[in-house]
Amino acid sequence: MPQDALFDYVLRMGDNCLVLAQRVSVWCGHAPVLEEDIALANTALDLIGQTRLWLSYAGEIEGKGRSADDLAYLRDARAFRNCLLVEQPNGDFGQTLMRQFLFDAWHHFTLGALKNSADGRIAEIAEKAAKEVAYHLDRSGDLVIRLGDGTAESHNRMQAALDHLWPFAGELTTPDEVDEALTQKGVAADLAQVESQVSAYMEKTLAEATLSAPKDAPVRKGGKTGLHGEELGYILAEMQFLQRAYPGATW
Amino acid sequence: MYAQEVKSTGKPVKSLDEMDPEERAFQERIDADIKIEPKDFMPEGYRKTLIRQISQHAHSEIVGQLPEGNWITRAPTLERKAILLAKVQDEAGHGLYLYCAAETLGASRDEMTEQLLAGKAKYSSIFNYPSLTWADIGAIGWLVDGAAIMNQVQLQRCSYGPYSRAMVRICKEESFHQRQGYDIMMKLVKGTDAQQEMAQDALDRWWWPSLMMFGPPDAQSVHSAQSMAWKIKPVSNDELRQRFVDQTVPQAEYLGLQIPDPDLKWNEARGRYDFGKIDWNEFYDVLKGNGPCNKERMAARQKAWDDGAWFRDGLMAHARKKQSRKMAAE
Ligand SMILES: [Fe+2]
Ligand SMILES: [Fe+2]
Repeated sequence: MPQDALFDYVLRMGDNCLVLAQRVSVWCGHAPVLEEDIALANTALDLIGQTRLWLSYAGEIEGKGRSADDLAYLRDARAFRNCLLVEQPNGDFGQTLMRQFLFDAWHHFTLGALKNSADGRIAEIAEKAAKEVAYHLDRSGDLVIRLGDGTAESHNRMQAALDHLWPFAGELTTPDEVDEALTQKGVAADLAQVESQVSAYMEKTLAEATLSAPKDAPVRKGGKTGLHGEELGYILAEMQFLQRAYPGATW
Repeated sequence: MYAQEVKSTGKPVKSLDEMDPEERAFQERIDADIKIEPKDFMPEGYRKTLIRQISQHAHSEIVGQLPEGNWITRAPTLERKAILLAKVQDEAGHGLYLYCAAETLGASRDEMTEQLLAGKAKYSSIFNYPSLTWADIGAIGWLVDGAAIMNQVQLQRCSYGPYSRAMVRICKEESFHQRQGYDIMMKLVKGTDAQQEMAQDALDRWWWPSLMMFGPPDAQSVHSAQSMAWKIKPVSNDELRQRFVDQTVPQAEYLGLQIPDPDLKWNEARGRYDFGKIDWNEFYDVLKGNGPCNKERMAARQKAWDDGAWFRDGLMAHARKKQSRKMAAE
């Protein structure tokens, strides 16, 4: 069980990055301003880089000779361990941005904790990813503030996005057995601590954005244990198309 | 590249004797290879031609994101996905440098965008062809970026300082674009039969449109004489096209792929390749808006612009609020 927990934990980190990168990269060439085309491609690029690090390590932990590409391209939806938040559809640009912001906040504080993980490889990957993610959060946080406190329309769109996505964000900070077992060993990020850091950050940033988080919204979860929404199958069908259509080919 | 058929003054090039003193001094600077900077005197025709050329070039970078962006989510490996993302991101960055260069001539980015969307400003015809298979991503990098480099290398010597400097920056990034495309083709030709067929099919579809990227033949190009005199475009369309063919044929041979031109052959006397007749009707038809993807490309850009209005307005409103709060606090 402990080895399995570690495999699961590292898969979660990698799958979050991969599925979000898939979503975000759809905006290439379609964003509201050129600077956003560039920034979103850059975010997706960072996330794919992190995916490769996490999934390579997951393959090593598993010890069955699966590469990062095998894990990305040849698993079905039930074996994916990403949270529900990152698989949510792009919606309008406000929804894409809010999804990014909620994820970045969790990601930032989690990686901050993982830099001190008892697992040396995790600490190493976190160290590298944390620099990129600090920048992602700076950017998404800043845009959420500006649009929340922009026009009435931009405010309404950002508030609607927050109302819609907030219930999914809870999954990230809700610990389960995998988190608990690995937190005890000093390997995983302590989600109680991450949760309080995220809350403090959210409170301050959302106030500045003149947005308010829904109260007592029930948490929507399942992705971390492989119970996804219907959308994930389509994301994978698209992503895995060439590997599935031409089995064994090298590219 | 990516500027084809840039309209110039449409008038014959004046000799130095026919110019007034100011214009003559300007032409003499150009002849002496001194760069023209934004605050310097320039004839109105020079300014307008440059705005047209640079904005066409910028629009091409922007629209050019679409056929390649089409394959990011389907890239066959994580590494290919990362490379393609980096490449498309570069192209958007090129668009940004170029809009900035055009802004130094007094054109605003919003105006240029509106002209594109209104169909008044063009972009390279090549991006009106669809990317149908993964091999198209290889062919685009290899051929389309290859043609772009051929064109942009000479534009580093353009007489207008900001454009010339933008080209220097862009050229540094372009060689990676072509290499990644060629590398994709290489993997395909060494792969399965289906992959080899995919590679040949992509070359068959992209070859002729790539040759068209250099614009109409010199004999039909009424605008290039003035542009060459002003050193806005130092090398002619036909010469660039020939250089591209000479460079690319050996690369296709190395891949073991067949260039879809029965008239292509080495001309010993010229020391260059002869090649078949380009279907200029197709070229003009695509320019007119009748290519396979013109409607879709413009619809995508129009949608991005329309859907993004609230975002841009929101940011501007926030900036104004911040400004007035700052003033109230002072
Ligand atoms: Fe470019
Ligand atoms: Fe390029």
